Amino acid sequence: MRRELLISPLPELGLVAMEGPNDPEPGLVVEDGRVVALDGKPAEEFDAIDRFIVAHGLDLDAAEEAMALSDVELARALVDVDVPRKEAVRLARGLTPARLARVVSSLDPVEMMFALKKLRARRAPANQAHVTNLKENPALLAADAAEAAARGFAEIETTVGVSRYAPLNAIAILVGSQTGRPGVLTQCAVEERRNLQLAILGLVTYAETLSVYGTESVFVEGDDTPWSKAFLASAYASRGVKVRFTSGGGSEALMGRAEGKSMLYLEARCLAAIRAAGSQGVQNGSISCVALALSVPGGVREILAENLIAAWLDLEVASGNDAIASHSEIRKTAKLMGQFLPGTDFVTSGYSAMPRYDNMFGGGNYDADDLDEWLTVQRDWQVDAGIEPVGEAELLRVRRKAALAVQAVFAGLGFPPITDHEVEAATFAHDSSDVPDRDRAADVVAGDRVLAERIGGLDVARELDRAGFADVAEAVLGMQRQRVSADYLQTAAIIGPDWTVRSAVNDPNDYRGPGTGYRLEGRRWQLLQSLPHELDPRELEEASERADEFLEELHVASVENGSDDIVVAVGPAFGKELRNTINGLAHADVLDSVCGGIRDGGARPRIVRVRRSSDVAFIGHDGARLSGSGIAVGLQSKGTGIIHRADLQPLDNLELFGMSPLYTLDSYRAMGRNAAGYALGRPVGPVPTVMDNYARARLIVRTTLLHARETAAVVPGAPAVELSLVGARA
Amino acid sequence: MGFDPATDYPIGTVRPELATTPSGLPLAGITLAALREGTLDPSDVRATPETLRRQSEVALAAGRVGLAENLARAAELASVPAELLLEIYTALRPDRSTAGELDEWADRLEELSAPLAAAFVREARAAYAARGLLASGERTTV
Repeated sequence: MRRELLISPLPELGLVAMEGPNDPEPGLVVEDGRVVALDGKPAEEFDAIDRFIVAHGLDLDAAEEAMALSDVELARALVDVDVPRKEAVRLARGLTPARLARVVSSLDPVEMMFALKKLRARRAPANQAHVTNLKENPALLAADAAEAAARGFAEIETTVGVSRYAPLNAIAILVGSQTGRPGVLTQCAVEERRNLQLAILGLVTYAETLSVYGTESVFVEGDDTPWSKAFLASAYASRGVKVRFTSGGGSEALMGRAEGKSMLYLEARCLAAIRAAGSQGVQNGSISCVALALSVPGGVREILAENLIAAWLDLEVASGNDAIASHSEIRKTAKLMGQFLPGTDFVTSGYSAMPRYDNMFGGGNYDADDLDEWLTVQRDWQVDAGIEPVGEAELLRVRRKAALAVQAVFAGLGFPPITDHEVEAATFAHDSSDVPDRDRAADVVAGDRVLAERIGGLDVARELDRAGFADVAEAVLGMQRQRVSADYLQTAAIIGPDWTVRSAVNDPNDYRGPGTGYRLEGRRWQLLQSLPHELDPRELEEASERADEFLEELHVASVENGSDDIVVAVGPAFGKELRNTINGLAHADVLDSVCGGIRDGGARPRIVRVRRSSDVAFIGHDGARLSGSGIAVGLQSKGTGIIHRADLQPLDNLELFGMSPLYTLDSYRAMGRNAAGYALGRPVGPVPTVMDNYARARLIVRTTLLHARETAAVVPGAPAVELSLVGARA
Repeated sequence: MGFDPATDYPIGTVRPELATTPSGLPLAGITLAALREGTLDPSDVRATPETLRRQSEVALAAGRVGLAENLARAAELASVPAELLLEIYTALRPDRSTAGELDEWADRLEELSAPLAAAFVREARAAYAARGLLASGERTTV
């Protein structure tokens, strides 16, 4: 935690999460159908953002009703299971930014999560991947994009290190994504104009980084206005390309112009402007400024609050979790749960599909090395967070195919070749240090050619087809068809591999309480729980080598005399159904060591099998009651040991050896020696105990399975039997 | 056959005959075969103004007024050449255009049968004038 800074709030610089002291009082004054004051500011003082919101973002009919409701009434509507989403959304049409912020601020984290679950636009959550690499190697981009698509990501975003690479990177992930799974949406985050050019050519199928800021000064410094941004969005739509805007708490403070307002209030202004622009959705949740939001108290709650406002405004939400939130794994995953558990339209707006070493967004909050854990957490919670398990063989298959496909496209278009060595390297690469360097000067010339010669999606499809990748060509063509029907321009649209478009229009979030809405069950739950590294417990059972029996049962055991007689009492399955301890020591060797230790100590061992219990304490105590000295060593098949004495309570003991995975044969010999010491009245130093607090996490499953087999061998009420070692000394 | 924005969505699935390219090519005609024959024109593979207007109606029927307005603007801009779109977008950025230049763009959009877009540009021009976002830094009081 010392690697990052936590600060107390400094409202003058906008370094305050929510409910800032300088945030305006919510208000809306309407005269003759005209807004004359918004959140305390008179019309003549409106900045560009205020003007835009008033012109396009307020439904004055809804406003009359909504602004008259109290914060509590509005907040209750958000968490009341019986208030439909439609109704909550209708009220939001009439709420000003300050009001939106204040109402949402009254909710605690659990209430916010529940409200977000209710207000998500699309029925089911999905996820977005980042695919980039430091070398901008196209074969690796294609391979990683194919893997991301195969893992179920609905969208893939790339970017550039060098902006002239944009067309090549766009082509690489277009080819790779469609190889992994047809229907995945792809974007290349570059400067606005260049981005639009790529979209017009059909090399990207959506755009996301239409950035919006909560103060006019920062907006203008970003070289845009609400009008230019809204026009840009319409320009994309005119070419049949899906778009979402981007905003996030903390950006204005980072740019030094927060005007003393809180992060949430300024973000509420952004979202109101985005809704006014008519965007179908937004990427928000602090995004790149997440560490700034997390530096002040309540930052994680603020981020969740801004996702919630966006959903309340009926926008598709791609909810951050992309930029590295913290050095602390604990902290960043605690933050993630705010979006993970309720589910958002895109739980992350950029899961790094490759190691964060190669993440060119300065991101990689979660990366390739975290996939096992992400999948396991989905399985732990029975929650769908948009990533699917895939086996290694399938991943290698799509990775290689994608690298070959993009190699063919580069060859067909006369770009600098992708070598067979690059293809092979990209297939198996962990990161870009595993792939060879390319001639970057030659690559950027090819990138320029794409724009100059207007090489587009159809050309890519043609080259794929010519090279024999008909299915990938079909998929690339299928994405172009989406721009003709424009169905995916509706709110929260994603495209299935069979070209079905699912959006908030035809697949809306219909959650109305327990038993309704999207639930992870049935086939999808089967898919998400069956991780490649999940084992069948039946296969884990001791495949005991059916070696020769080394123990012979003689007769019912009886009490012996002799103060040097020590019973070694073993469990019902010891040396029979089970032959090894949990860490692989053979029962024969363990028994030999215990008996050897007893003899070293000057006493005589006698072996007895307890049949009526699998519990180590009762095994040991029963043995002690049969023993001439009153001392016994008890052993479970899994290796747990005990030294007991006849006059003690069963669950008491002289020494308990509970860390069975840690014992060696020397440990068992020492147990025998100590038992002899107790029997013969010598002072005994306990065998040193070792602790491994991870032992349970690592071995509790195997412990359970072993103990179940021992317990299955229990015969209730059966007397103990005397044993002898086959062909060995008594 | 009329179009029902409440039920005829996705257009590509429910009413595919309505989703043609500007040249009239049906969705089903955008195939590898056509690509091989060389009959597909890249600039033709996009939505028509009619399709975008219908998508605007779908958004409106779902209660999404802002998105409907955006898509209605998009329907108008579908007929505007791409280079011009990029020019107008650039002109709308801060400090790029004088009031007169923005008015010219609005007139041009009217001529291109894009009245909603034209009104949008005029609205921007008024806001920029009030907020000092025009090229010469003109500021008028409102």
